[in-house]
Amino acid sequence: MNMHGARKDLLAGALFVVFGLAFAITSSTYEVGSALRMGPGYFPLVLGSVLVLLGILIAVKGFVAGDTGELGPVPWKAAVLIVTALLFFGFTVRGLGMVPSLLVTVFLTAMAGRNARVIPAAVVAASLTALSILIFVIVLQLRLPYFGPWLQG
Amino acid sequence: MEILDNLGLGFETAFTPINLLFAFIGVALGTAVGVLPGIGPTATIAMLLPITFGFEPVTSLIMLAGIYYGAQYGGSTTAILINLPGESSAAVTALDGHQMARQGRAGPALATAALGSFFAGTVGTLALALFAVPISEAALLFGSPEYFSLVVLGLIASIALASGSVLKALAMIVLGLLLGTVGQDLVSGTPRFTFGLRELYSGLNFVSLAVGLFGVAEILRNLEGDITRSVMVQKVKNLWLTKDDFRRIRGPVLRGTGLGTALGVLPGAGHVLASFVSYSVEKRVSKKPQEFGRGAIEGVAAPESANNAAAQTQFVPLLTLGLPVSPIMALLLGAFIIQGIVPGPNVIDEEPELVWGLIASMWIGNFFLVLLNLPLIGLWVKMLTIPYRVLFPAIIAFASIGTYSIALNEFHVYAIAFFGILGYVLIKLGNEPAPLLLGFVLGPLLEEYLRRALIISDGDPSVFVTRPISLVLLLLAAAAFIIAVLPTVRRKREVVFEEED
Repeated sequence: MNMHGARKDLLAGALFVVFGLAFAITSSTYEVGSALRMGPGYFPLVLGSVLVLLGILIAVKGFVAGDTGELGPVPWKAAVLIVTALLFFGFTVRGLGMVPSLLVTVFLTAMAGRNARVIPAAVVAASLTALSILIFVIVLQLRLPYFGPWLQG
Repeated sequence: MEILDNLGLGFETAFTPINLLFAFIGVALGTAVGVLPGIGPTATIAMLLPITFGFEPVTSLIMLAGIYYGAQYGGSTTAILINLPGESSAAVTALDGHQMARQGRAGPALATAALGSFFAGTVGTLALALFAVPISEAALLFGSPEYFSLVVLGLIASIALASGSVLKALAMIVLGLLLGTVGQDLVSGTPRFTFGLRELYSGLNFVSLAVGLFGVAEILRNLEGDITRSVMVQKVKNLWLTKDDFRRIRGPVLRGTGLGTALGVLPGAGHVLASFVSYSVEKRVSKKPQEFGRGAIEGVAAPESANNAAAQTQFVPLLTLGLPVSPIMALLLGAFIIQGIVPGPNVIDEEPELVWGLIASMWIGNFFLVLLNLPLIGLWVKMLTIPYRVLFPAIIAFASIGTYSIALNEFHVYAIAFFGILGYVLIKLGNEPAPLLLGFVLGPLLEEYLRRALIISDGDPSVFVTRPISLVLLLLAAAAFIIAVLPTVRRKREVVFEEED
């Protein structure tokens, strides 16, 4: 049996079990009720248990069947940069305003590309920020301040 | 003729300047994202949903729907010119379409795709108009138990047509249903799974979920390897078809349209299935099957007609039953709800301008698409030279602003990051994201109908099998499930979907 190949299904199964358990355990703290008068906990408790069961089945099936292919490469750098970029935008868009916040967000994202370099990424950031202002603020008239209170102290 | 009155009303609505403009913007955007590999209509519609809040409901839906069927046209251009399906249903078109392009017949291939799609789109729209009223009238007889069984059927059938493992698809649906329960319970008002966060009281944001799953996760998938593409054909000449070409595509277009119209209403990837099935049908009925895969014009005409007809008839379950059969339809359902309209059999009576205006706009949109895709083909070929390193930052930028602007709430932006990573991990582990989104949208409905049905029946679960319509729907769901797990069907399905990769 190829343990490496079976990993994908085992991991998928485990992930579903974790989610199912989390939902089932949390919903048992709500009022479950009966089939006639279902409480808020009833539906998620049943579904959470079903998900645990499905997760176990997927893992077992993966273990028995073995080969399900390689996991392949994971773009760690890109994942970290993109998540950071999104969090940065959420965290600063109100305080810094749309322009500085978006510039940094797009720059970080552009750096996530393979073989990305600083200057082209900065150019992409500047042009996309300008384009976004044109589309969202000028054409669609969304009321997003260019600069926020943090910069006007 | 009632249908003529309805269509008259529809065209009146669709022909106002603002609606014409947005139909045009929708199909142009759709063509663009269809042409560009790496960004699809699902992510685009999710990103643009927030900015359509301020529009009239009909204008918003006309534009969003245009993005969807416009992408079917655009996808075929990429498939033919660079042998890369811009959109999943165009994968079959690439087989013969690209061969034609290599033989210097890119023009006729593109013309066949556009004309076939236009004919199919017209028939599909007409079928939608014809069936909308009778189906929604029948659906008015439905009570909570019937709706519960209908949602179950929709969810199960979407597994039967999805690619990959049945167990995993089922698990994704259940996970989607569970994510749909986050927020205040409708009956008691108890906040569920909110961890004390006020932002979660109204539930997880649908747009964040869709953008994360179909936008961010897809970007991460694409950044795993190098994306290089070369446009082989820089100038497309001879866009017109010869008499012989016309004779050869007549049959395939008709058969493809018929198949697509019928298969489009099926839950799951109906339009993808339609293009595969129609291709194999043509190969079977052809007198020269050996030409297929070597640039047979029939192999372009049939699947292109099929996927476009299916793209129109996918709206039937959405507009008549309020039941989305694909992630895109789920997004459009979200658009209805955002506009304060609860989709279902009543919509056609209560909002006739909306429904008929949308249907009429599809025909107009299909007409725009022929104009956009034939004379302006050079523009789209140029677009293929936009590098991916510019494209994905643009997706992130538009997604952040769009999602933030829904409620000026940064929490929705954090949610994109969360669902992006979750989606990437799930896809990486061999799970399709579409069932999760369907489960998420249908989850609250499923729970509501279940609870209501059981209150009506005094807690007797047999209500689902003693009411005849509900019983039939559940039996169909059971049949769909059995078919999905049958070994012979599974093998065939794998073959069909493997060609897609």
